[in-house]
Amino acid sequence: MRSLSTRRRHPLAGAVVVLLGLCLLGGLYSVFAPRPAGADSATDALVEEGRQLFLVGCATCHGLNGEGVLTDRGDNYGPALVGVGAAAVDFQVGTGRMPLAQNSVQAPEKPVVYSPPEIEALAAYVASLGPGPAIPSEEYTTASTDEELIRLGGEFFRTNCTACHNSVGAGGALPDGRYAPSIEDVSGRYAYEAMLTGPGQMPVFSDDVMTPEDKLAIISYIASIRDEPDYGGNPLGGLGPVTEGAAAWIIGMGALVVASVWIGTQGVRAKK
Amino acid sequence: MTDQPHHGRDEPGHEPMPEPGNEDAVAQVTPRAGDPLPDPGIGTHVPRPSDVDPALERRAERQVSGLFGLATLLTLGFTVAYFAIPEDATLLNSSAMNLTLGVSLGGALLLIGIGAIQWAKKLMDDHEIVEMRHPSASSPEDRREALAALDVGAAESGFGRRTMIRNSLLGAMAALGLPAVVLLRDLGPLPGDAAEKTVWTKGMRVVNDVSGLALRPEEIELGQLVNAEPQIVFENDEGEPLEGAEKQAVKAKAAVIVVRIRPEDITPPEGRENWNVDGILCYSKICTHVGCPISLYEQQTYQVLCPCHQSTFDLADGGRVTFGPAHRSLPQLPLGVDDEGYLVALSDFPDIVGPSYPTMPQDR
Repeated sequence: MRSLSTRRRHPLAGAVVVLLGLCLLGGLYSVFAPRPAGADSATDALVEEGRQLFLVGCATCHGLNGEGVLTDRGDNYGPALVGVGAAAVDFQVGTGRMPLAQNSVQAPEKPVVYSPPEIEALAAYVASLGPGPAIPSEEYTTASTDEELIRLGGEFFRTNCTACHNSVGAGGALPDGRYAPSIEDVSGRYAYEAMLTGPGQMPVFSDDVMTPEDKLAIISYIASIRDEPDYGGNPLGGLGPVTEGAAAWIIGMGALVVASVWIGTQGVRAKK
Repeated sequence: MTDQPHHGRDEPGHEPMPEPGNEDAVAQVTPRAGDPLPDPGIGTHVPRPSDVDPALERRAERQVSGLFGLATLLTLGFTVAYFAIPEDATLLNSSAMNLTLGVSLGGALLLIGIGAIQWAKKLMDDHEIVEMRHPSASSPEDRREALAALDVGAAESGFGRRTMIRNSLLGAMAALGLPAVVLLRDLGPLPGDAAEKTVWTKGMRVVNDVSGLALRPEEIELGQLVNAEPQIVFENDEGEPLEGAEKQAVKAKAAVIVVRIRPEDITPPEGRENWNVDGILCYSKICTHVGCPISLYEQQTYQVLCPCHQSTFDLADGGRVTFGPAHRSLPQLPLGVDDEGYLVALSDFPDIVGPSYPTMPQDR
């Protein structure tokens, strides 16, 4: 201590103290500083792999950095992907809706182009562009057989889903050639992601308003009606009065008319 | 074309051809003067095989009674199936009971029908007859008699002479109509202006339907749709939740849809600039055409479509009708935020909710 106190008037003492202070501050900062997202190298590699895939398969429409591309008229050519989150990528690419085969009013479901690891990488890259909904955990996407939950799911389904997707989930028509697809065979995960991200014209049902438990109830309800036998016989696509009316008028009434005509023409008299 | 034989009254097949054994029928056909066409009479009667061959007749008899017997068996089968088949059993992916009941009862009715037709065609007498039309008025004698009886009654009772009795009786009969009209009051309380109002009031929270969760503006994302109800329908601080028919009646009228639209895309009608909260808009869920609930919402075009008759409303443009039979814009509910940060109504709907009706005030 003595040597320290004697050297405190050394010309370099001030510089040494400042240096020590800076080192201390830097060390403390590196200990307490918030770690940036995706700091570990594994995630970095995944994001980079996703970026390479994105540049090849998606950037033409969505822009080199996912910023979106506008047409000359100012319409969306490919929407910006900043903030859409991993859930949107998992849904759009995982169901084959993306990459789009051609410009049309709606992206149809088709065979999936990317492998699951590639989809994971793409999702990681798009998620790194801005905060957005993540891929839901399996806890909320695996249909339950709990009757109370299915009953609740039925109420949510009839209130929120049937307007477009039909009371048995068979889908239906929308204006200008668009349509709400059938959801009878949709997996719980994609159903959850669709509610969370609102693909196409479908509105968003955020987790704050429709909680993950509520969404699980809806998924469980869809699964329960999928396994249900058709107590009324052939449902004719479940489309309601259009197919049922057509069947009644053409097949039912047709059979009656044919039978009446046949009865009338079928003579019992012998021709002499 | 010109050398084709022309068909008409002088074609041999149309000549009256009386048959032995059928004279009665032909005798009824009396030719009348002034008929534009000669009466063609009745065609040749041809006996059926079962009329001439007793073996065939017995065969037809067995056929018909066989069909009726089978119908009886199917009906008995229906009764057995009703009790024997469990309700949840399935057959060909549909309810085993429904299928069996339908096939047996339908089959029984069909066999009874087929049997009846067979019976009529093969066995019942089938000679042709002619029945002439008659005037539907009573004969002149009957009419004269009835009028005479009426005159005698009027004279003997003095109905026309004793005017005081007659008039007081007419008055008593007329008064009987009054109770019938007054009792109509029991059909229910008068509706008053109930059709013009809903349960929404200033400060009532907007809650998610089914779960009853109150909504905060920051929870509603761009492109979101919430099918919502007034909080009074669910558990709340101010009192008991509504139950039963009253709850359904309230929900049916006060149901709303809440959407979030980019604020720059909204073109609010005059005076409605402050009715949204950062682009969150609230509209009635009841179509103004015939009152179907509508929530078929497209988040990119901001259109909501009624599934009943395809009325389409533009929510970014004050709920204006863009297509379909609806005549009035979708009523908008003015939204605000309360002290605790929840979405609330600023008042009841200024417009009348639900389908238009003839006595609707014209200024609303």
